[in-house]
Amino acid sequence: MKEVELTCSATAKEPSALRLVLTLGIAGLISGFILVFVYQYTAPIIAANKAKALREAVFKVVPNSAYLQELHYKDGELVRVADESGGEKVQPGEILYGAYGPDSGFMGYAIVGSGNGFQDTIRLLYGYDPVQRAVLGMHILDSKETPGLGDKIYKDADFVSQFSPVLVDPSVELVKGGRKADNQIDAITGATISSDAVVKIINNAHQKWDDKTKGAPPKFVPPPPPKEKEKDGNE
Amino acid sequence: MSATKSYSEEFLKGIWKENPVFIQVLGMCPMLAVTNTAVNAIAMGVATAFVLLGSSILVSLLRKVIAKPVRISTYIVIIATFVTVADYSIEAFSPALHRELGAFIALIVVNCLILGRQEAYSSKNTVGFAIVDASGMAIGFAFALFCLGATREILGFGTFFGSPIFGEHFEPWVIMALPPGGFLMLGFILLFFNWLEQRKKGAAV
Repeated sequence: MKEVELTCSATAKEPSALRLVLTLGIAGLISGFILVFVYQYTAPIIAANKAKALREAVFKVVPNSAYLQELHYKDGELVRVADESGGEKVQPGEILYGAYGPDSGFMGYAIVGSGNGFQDTIRLLYGYDPVQRAVLGMHILDSKETPGLGDKIYKDADFVSQFSPVLVDPSVELVKGGRKADNQIDAITGATISSDAVVKIINNAHQKWDDKTKGAPPKFVPPPPPKEKEKDGNE
Repeated sequence: MSATKSYSEEFLKGIWKENPVFIQVLGMCPMLAVTNTAVNAIAMGVATAFVLLGSSILVSLLRKVIAKPVRISTYIVIIATFVTVADYSIEAFSPALHRELGAFIALIVVNCLILGRQEAYSSKNTVGFAIVDASGMAIGFAFALFCLGATREILGFGTFFGSPIFGEHFEPWVIMALPPGGFLMLGFILLFFNWLEQRKKGAAV
């Protein structure tokens, strides 16, 4: 009944075109103002959250690590990304993280990999020890796998713990019915595709980084505090 | 504006008599998508409530200024603004929740419950009534989300607010956590409410 009333009053008098443009224009303007303020306020918090989540993930996949620095491969060796400030920007896909223990000793690399899952792209982080040639741990950063089935790739502790450690030679292998060798991962029942995706992503990322991580790892250089902040903003 | 309207009546109608989900069957998209756990359901309810309340107040305040032919687009601009504010705030203060709700926060913009209230109510009533109506509808919506979320979480995961309520040997009814479970459960809940309604009618006769 209300709807009928409204259409009647709407057709009663036609406002001018200018009025229409003004109404929408002003609404858009006010909306823009509000959003700019909200964005300015929340953007640094969101960036800090993401950086923090990534940092925590690095410490999780490389056990006992306490410090990290961003590295990338340049001219035949891994160098700190921070050294490049002012130079060309490093693509996010070309960054890996060096993880160091409380005594600044090298513990391993944390490598981001991504690939197709069952529903959408899976992004994960895994810890890698180039000496043992083993994955130290695996953490899913982003995924939209089926709740209750595919999401076990990060919710099922039994599945996740198989990655710490698992050997990468000749390659990480997905099996069913229990792992029998140190390079095998037992698939999740009912989520074989998601399990397979995780293993494939690690294998692909390993192929990409294998040669690059064979050299001696760069030493840990504690960054000065303000630079740390700058790094967060860049992400 | 009729003088017979009372604040309490306008408030209560959204919760029960004209419940947006059980009676009007509006806002089904978020209803089915994010109600696999009680926490998600409540978070969605709160986000929707914020958007609904904010836009209702603004639309009601501006109801004489907004030109009729462009009213729908203006409402959408207002609603989208509040949704983006909610989206950023959730991402900033609870990244975990933001990950769970995903795209469905942004999709509040096209929740027909919100646009429906602006068109059918806020644009024709004073701010006071608009606030009361929006609060009632928001609570009604959140209540419905919670009903669905809680039952689906209990059956689909065997937990309530994340803590297990059954023994070790409970086998989760996985389909309840998946989209089909949402449709199934919604069907049962609607059946239940219609049955209540029928019974009340029967009793009156």
